Amino acid sequence: MDDFIAARSQMALSLGFHIIFSCIGMVMPFFMAVAHFYWLRTGQDVYKNVTKAWSQGVAIFFATGAVSGTVLSFELGLLWPGFMKHAGPIFGMPFSLEGTAFFIEAIALGFFLYGWDRFNKWFHWFTGVVVGVSGLASGILVVAANAWMNSPSGFDYVNGQYLNIDPIEAMFNDAWFTQALHMTIAAFVATGFAVAGVHAFMILKGQNVLFHTKSFTIAAFFGCAAAILQPLSGDLSAKDVAIRQPAKLAAMEAHFKTEKSASLIVGGIPDVKNKKVDYAIKLPGFLSFLAHGDFKSEVTGLDKIPAKNHPPVMITHFAFQMMVGSGMAMMLIAIIYFFSLWKQKRWLSSNWILKLFAIATPLGFIAVEAGWTVTEVGRQPWIIYNIMRTADAVTPMPGISYSFYLFSAIYISLAIIVIFMLYRQIKMVGKLYDKP
Amino acid sequence: MLYIVITFLWTSILLYLLMGGADYGAGIIELFTSRKNKEVTRKTLYSAIGPIWEANHMWLIIAIVILFVGFPVIYSTMSVNLHIPLTIMLLGIIARGTAFTFRHYDAVVDDMQHIYNTIFAISSFITPLFLGIIAGSAVSGRIDPQADTFLSAYIFSWLHWFAVTVGLFTVSICGFLASVYLIGEADNEHDRLRFAHKAQFFNIAAVICGMLVFTAAYFEKIPLLDWVFGNWVGRIAIVSATSTLIYMWYLLYQGKIRLLRPLAGFQVTMILLTTTYEHFPNIVILKDGGYLSLLEHSGQEKTIQALGLALLIGSVFILPALFYLIYSFQKKPFSYRESH
Ligand code: HDD
Ligand code: HEM
Ligand code: HEM
Repeated sequence: MDDFIAARSQMALSLGFHIIFSCIGMVMPFFMAVAHFYWLRTGQDVYKNVTKAWSQGVAIFFATGAVSGTVLSFELGLLWPGFMKHAGPIFGMPFSLEGTAFFIEAIALGFFLYGWDRFNKWFHWFTGVVVGVSGLASGILVVAANAWMNSPSGFDYVNGQYLNIDPIEAMFNDAWFTQALHMTIAAFVATGFAVAGVHAFMILKGQNVLFHTKSFTIAAFFGCAAAILQPLSGDLSAKDVAIRQPAKLAAMEAHFKTEKSASLIVGGIPDVKNKKVDYAIKLPGFLSFLAHGDFKSEVTGLDKIPAKNHPPVMITHFAFQMMVGSGMAMMLIAIIYFFSLWKQKRWLSSNWILKLFAIATPLGFIAVEAGWTVTEVGRQPWIIYNIMRTADAVTPMPGISYSFYLFSAIYISLAIIVIFMLYRQIKMVGKLYDKP
Repeated sequence: MLYIVITFLWTSILLYLLMGGADYGAGIIELFTSRKNKEVTRKTLYSAIGPIWEANHMWLIIAIVILFVGFPVIYSTMSVNLHIPLTIMLLGIIARGTAFTFRHYDAVVDDMQHIYNTIFAISSFITPLFLGIIAGSAVSGRIDPQADTFLSAYIFSWLHWFAVTVGLFTVSICGFLASVYLIGEADNEHDRLRFAHKAQFFNIAAVICGMLVFTAAYFEKIPLLDWVFGNWVGRIAIVSATSTLIYMWYLLYQGKIRLLRPLAGFQVTMILLTTTYEHFPNIVILKDGGYLSLLEHSGQEKTIQALGLALLIGSVFILPALFYLIYSFQKKPFSYRESH
């Protein structure tokens, strides 16, 4: 394997791994806080059991999230020293603030996990909320750093020099808000659907039904609310991308020719050589609307962009389809869920709706991975958009492919162990948390 | 502001060495504990560091963030030339962090525990070993950005006796810190005595490894003696560290444990001070005699300003919370386990 490709793959792998744990680290504390709150309020043991069972699972995820994050902060230098040498001082502001957020999170987590029956119960509850809030804050901050790579600002680029650096301006770059909003909601969608799906599955199996129903309700509520908001925020993101990264938008939509009233394509296989898309469903004018909020407007195609600056169209397009497809499916489920909550309560305990959720378990995380693929692959060949090429940033050290194989092996084993442990946690619910 | 940032960097490294070090040391002790005592050691360890272990490791992240934001050239040079030891250290961090958590949170207790324990103990040894190797390499004058062969650029930058002995020294310091820490956490006389013996063992190991470091430095022509004894700060620090060490042995024999922890912390602080003081502000010394300096290779004014501010604001939140956490979970009457 080519060292450059290996470095990119290793970065993608590490980030793709980390994001799963960070989503859970951001969102689960809120689910736990709700269950915990009900317990403190109603005194029903089932809520206490839910909180405890979740917190055991979360501890596993946190540890894995923390180590994979530590790896990332080294990998930025190990793989992209050329990038970090210049970018570090510019986009470092969110990272330095994030340090605080992480620290507070780690401290609060210590209180929360080990503080049962030791502190005032509301203080203990509050530490759980702090875990969630600082998790969200750190998520937003890293995304702001990533947004800077898409929309660099806060410095003057003169003859290859980075002058007049302003880290605050860099942090509040043009992309940070839409990206952070979209990511935060995504974390709720993904975690909500994953957790709800697992509990739905257990209800279907008829085990510890009360326990799993309570858990399901909390997760499904958050997940569904977020799933309805997500396409709206995605629309904002798309409009934003259309302005700041036309090449990315063109790649997402496999939009080869600049035109007015451009059509949105659904599905299809891009034929990059002949600049067309086969087997796609076309919705005339909708791409113009998605990009600029006007069915008639002109949308820049790849023809306007020099070939050496084209992102990989195939991957970006498929990833975008995958994200939007999963997003739409989840929105549909969410609408059904809220409708039944409002009008048809008895649907909620019927098998088909639980089956729907059980099937949807991985959809949110699929959308998250796909979404990041759109963002990152769609930025290629740039590591800092329009400023530095990814190829110029990579480490000079040869043999990165071995490092990639090594890390792949490690991440695969970790994933297997985490799934195995989660399976054991769930299997033991009856014994540990919900004794008959 | 630059000096504030540097102070934070130094302090984070020190705290990582103290708190993270004690944490690693606990695993090292496990490696050097006879099978029949392992279970007790593990329990004590868990109740002692469980609540704070995530926080302990945050110091490393803070140090790294300060480096890449404030001193990007230093960060990227080290990342390139010390790629291999850094990667090994990372693998150690991954293995250790996950094994530590898995063994506690696995809902079923079975043979898997044995695997987690083995991984935990071994990676607790490897990680500080390579941490020391990295620190040793940084000042050894073997890093050569102009190197043209793979071996000289990526292997000999860190694979030499000086770095390796610094690594071993770091390991023994970690073991020492942890045993001193655990003396205060043990819940009976027998275990307390056991940890006291461990403390003596690692103390002797540290002295031996320290001598090895000086020997290696002598043969590899690294002016370590000058750094340590060439100035007043170094001399005072060494004398006070040594004299408190004697006092500490006395306390250990008397079974008086109150002062042990502060003393051990003080000694390690003095060691870090002597080894960094003389060649400050140069934290990386290159093969051609050049160096990377904290003062000259820092980021632009505004970056340092913002970074310093972020750190100051952060510490207002972090420090009180951290103290309260450590205070709350200090030794309690019974070895505490979560209620399940
Ligand atoms: C549950 C996850 C999820 C769902 C259902 C969606 N997205 Fe998304 N999307 C993400 C999760 C995500 C993400 C992983 O969070 C990304 C990656 C980077 C980012 O900021 O958000 C993202 C990026 C992303 C981008 C690129 C932003 C950039 O590069 O700056 C666009 C244009 C969209 N999304 C648009 C949409 C649309 C129109 C959706 C309609 C259904 C949609 N997303 C659903
Ligand atoms: C956690 C969510 C993220 C995921 C899943 C993700 C995914 C990816 C992927 C797939 C690539 C490879 C692109 C390619 O080479 O074709 C990549 C590259 C990269 N990402 Fe991200 N990314 C994430 C967030 C971030 C953040 C927050 C940062 C930095 C602040 C970042 C920095 C980078 C860098 C430096 C590269 C390598 C250079 C490049 O290929 O452009 N990423 N990421
Ligand atoms: C969009 C992408 C990312 C998001 C949303 C995100 C979010 C989070 C969250 C919420 C946590 C705490 C939860 C947990 O420990 O499981 C976390 C941990 C961590 N992340 Fe990320 N992260 C992202 C990418 C990155 C990148 C690119 C880096 C490094 C440069 C990084 C470094 C870290 C570190 C060091 C930790 C461990 C902190 C701890 O121990 O609490 N993250 N991340």
